[in-house]
Amino acid sequence: MLSYTLKRLIQGLITVWFIATATFLAMHAVPGDPLSGAKAMTPEIRQNLEEKYGLDKPMSEQYLIYMGNLARGDLGISFTQKNREVNDIIREHFPVSATLGIMAVVFAGLGGTLFGALTALYRNKWPDTVIMIVVILGISVPSFVFAAFAQLAMVKINGAIGFSLLPVAGWGSVSHIIMPALVLGLGTMAYLTRLMRSSMLEIISSDYIRTANAKGLPPTRIFLKHEMRNAVMPVVTVLGPAIAAITTGSFVVELVFAIPGLGRYFVQAVQQLDYTVIMGTTVFFGAFLVLMVILVDLLYGFIDPRVRVS
Amino acid sequence: MTALSMASGSTALKAGVDAESRTITVSIDTEPPQLDGSMTADSISAFVLGHVMEGLLRKDENNQLVAGVADRWDITESGATFWIRKDAFWSDGKPVTAHDFVFAWRKVVDPASASEYANIMSPILNADKINSGKIPVATLGVQAVGDRELRVQFVKPVPYFDQLMAFNIFYPIREDFFNSTNGRYASSADTLLYNGPFKMTKWVHGAHIRMEKNPLYWDRDIVEVSAIDIPYFTTDPSARINLFRDRQIALTPIAQENLEEAQLLGWNIKSFVDGTVYYIEFNHRDGRITKNRNFRKALQYALNSKIEVNKVIKIPGYRPGKSLFPIWLDGANDKLRKEYPAIEFIHDQAKAREYLEAAKKELGLKTIPPIMLLSGDSPLSNKVAEYYQDTLKRQLGLEVRIDSQIFKQRLAKMLAGDFDIVMTGWGPDYADPLTFGDLFMAGNVNNRGNYSSAAYDRQVRIAQNSTDPVIRAAAFGMLQQIIFDDAVILPEYERAQLYTVDPKITGVVRRVIGADPDFTYVKFAEE
Repeated sequence: MLSYTLKRLIQGLITVWFIATATFLAMHAVPGDPLSGAKAMTPEIRQNLEEKYGLDKPMSEQYLIYMGNLARGDLGISFTQKNREVNDIIREHFPVSATLGIMAVVFAGLGGTLFGALTALYRNKWPDTVIMIVVILGISVPSFVFAAFAQLAMVKINGAIGFSLLPVAGWGSVSHIIMPALVLGLGTMAYLTRLMRSSMLEIISSDYIRTANAKGLPPTRIFLKHEMRNAVMPVVTVLGPAIAAITTGSFVVELVFAIPGLGRYFVQAVQQLDYTVIMGTTVFFGAFLVLMVILVDLLYGFIDPRVRVS
Repeated sequence: MTALSMASGSTALKAGVDAESRTITVSIDTEPPQLDGSMTADSISAFVLGHVMEGLLRKDENNQLVAGVADRWDITESGATFWIRKDAFWSDGKPVTAHDFVFAWRKVVDPASASEYANIMSPILNADKINSGKIPVATLGVQAVGDRELRVQFVKPVPYFDQLMAFNIFYPIREDFFNSTNGRYASSADTLLYNGPFKMTKWVHGAHIRMEKNPLYWDRDIVEVSAIDIPYFTTDPSARINLFRDRQIALTPIAQENLEEAQLLGWNIKSFVDGTVYYIEFNHRDGRITKNRNFRKALQYALNSKIEVNKVIKIPGYRPGKSLFPIWLDGANDKLRKEYPAIEFIHDQAKAREYLEAAKKELGLKTIPPIMLLSGDSPLSNKVAEYYQDTLKRQLGLEVRIDSQIFKQRLAKMLAGDFDIVMTGWGPDYADPLTFGDLFMAGNVNNRGNYSSAAYDRQVRIAQNSTDPVIRAAAFGMLQQIIFDDAVILPEYERAQLYTVDPKITGVVRRVIGADPDFTYVKFAEE
């Protein structure tokens, strides 16, 4: 087990190095200039700036310097947020995205499992139809539409009742999380509902459920102990990558609800060619995803001994 | 919940205008990129800095220059002297002195600081030589005579020097405080020292800024607002509209897509011409069809900025472009555009065709090859670009290819001269026509189309070197004429911003240059 873990970690490091190198090359290949603004600079000012950011050195040297700093955990200083280290940006904004993301995943996981099971139990009856309409909406409508819609609905509700039931935007208290978390988790919830539904349907018609029924077990016991427990396995499998995807931030939801998460920095950095922030956030997201995948693989070994590699 | 407390402290559910605590809550687009005044000229940073800092002069509620840290000043052709007022204090209680300006200005031109705006100091003796690393910073033509007198030496007369004194690049920085921050100056609320009407008491990056009235500010009696709270950072137009509807913010910009909604809600919609001029710039480089004057004239007579603004853009407040010089600029005794009105002419398809035929003859072409139109990627840019494409096809039979690019790529292509015509614009650096006038001088780094004309350059030099307002206004009038005659550019529009303010407050000042919007002079309406 230890040697397997070690092997996976070394593979993970190589993957992260590859991500860093590929991003570095791709970033420099993009046309445009990280130092340019709406107003041009004199050659002297440009030269001073290039020296400051080390852009006057050949690309190979810039690469080696960057990799050296990266190995020491120093991601450099942002080109656009001129007094902030990329490490600080990640440290301050990732927890925000992660908090929101975890809430969204909890909502998606609980909702998906519950609604999926319900639709299977009441197949082709009205609860199934109603939930499946919501599911199809959740899968097909993009999150920015939901975000704008939810916000407008909140304005109307607050206006109608005369006080702020939930804030329209902003960050800082539990009440600020509820709406964006629902919006962010809706897509995943819809997906999980469908997954849970088909998995549940398969199990309901299996032999051992028929046996349990024949034995005369109470329906709630069959539902909780035999049906749910077995049907939820595919949901757990998908949840790992979903956590990594959601917790790293959503540009749209963070923008609409004015949430200071990392997702916005990531997208804006690419638009503004902020080299150090692009590198820092990509490497960080890459490493996070790699770590999540390794964790899920190791967890499989614990859950199902057949998967374990000796 | 640690992430919650880290991110924002708390955004309690407060009103946008709280008359009781004299607090107003507003939103901004993004985190200020840089609050070291000597290093930045972006509008978000200027908004924050304009509230918490003060230069030698400042702009009042009528956008007039008035005394700031200096209570007296004297500007001549060879230099300037400023006398620092006795009651100007830093937020830690120490007096603001002439040395603080010397330190800050030297820092701007020091090549090691790599300030992007160092060239705005060019008129000061030795500034350029210091910035290119040729001579030491101590040789900059600015001296403190005791604590209360600041003397500046010019390389040449600077007719707009007083205007620069309100600009954040010229704000003071105190040396001992700067050194005590160990290279982290202006990176947080407590690594900045304030001398303006407000001081920043909270700065959670990307999330929350709070500015409170500065009790040590010399002119504190004009300030009625006790705190400006900024817990929302977003560029999303609908989010801001919704926050305003929920009465969480005191002011919201209104984007075109929200205009109808705002009208339905019965808001008092105001329009503010923000000082930026947009125009079509031609590529005047050799080998480009747009180098041909007759070709440019053909486009000038075909494209009508009035139709563009009224039928295509359709945002109230936008003014059809008639000149490189926007309406708000001052001339000698009145507005420049009153003294030298923009050239009026009638758009004429027949005349446009005549010019086009003449161009074809001169170029020896039977048909004009497709024209590359470089544009931005915003919905507005796309709409306008399509209007040009359609108009030029219908009126002149020209094929226009739209090259829509994101901001950085458009800049790169403009710099490389990779276009025939480009939709671009210019926002002023200081309140003087020269900030627009010198744009198309040969060698100006912002002259993206490489226009070059001895007659144009001569007029720019007159405006640069004279301190006589009448002579200067006449030079700008000449530039305006040359731009029309030679079709150097085609003015498109002067941009406006629509916004609405909570009726519970008055006195929000909008500014073309500096802190915009400025909440310093806000008064609370009596209930």
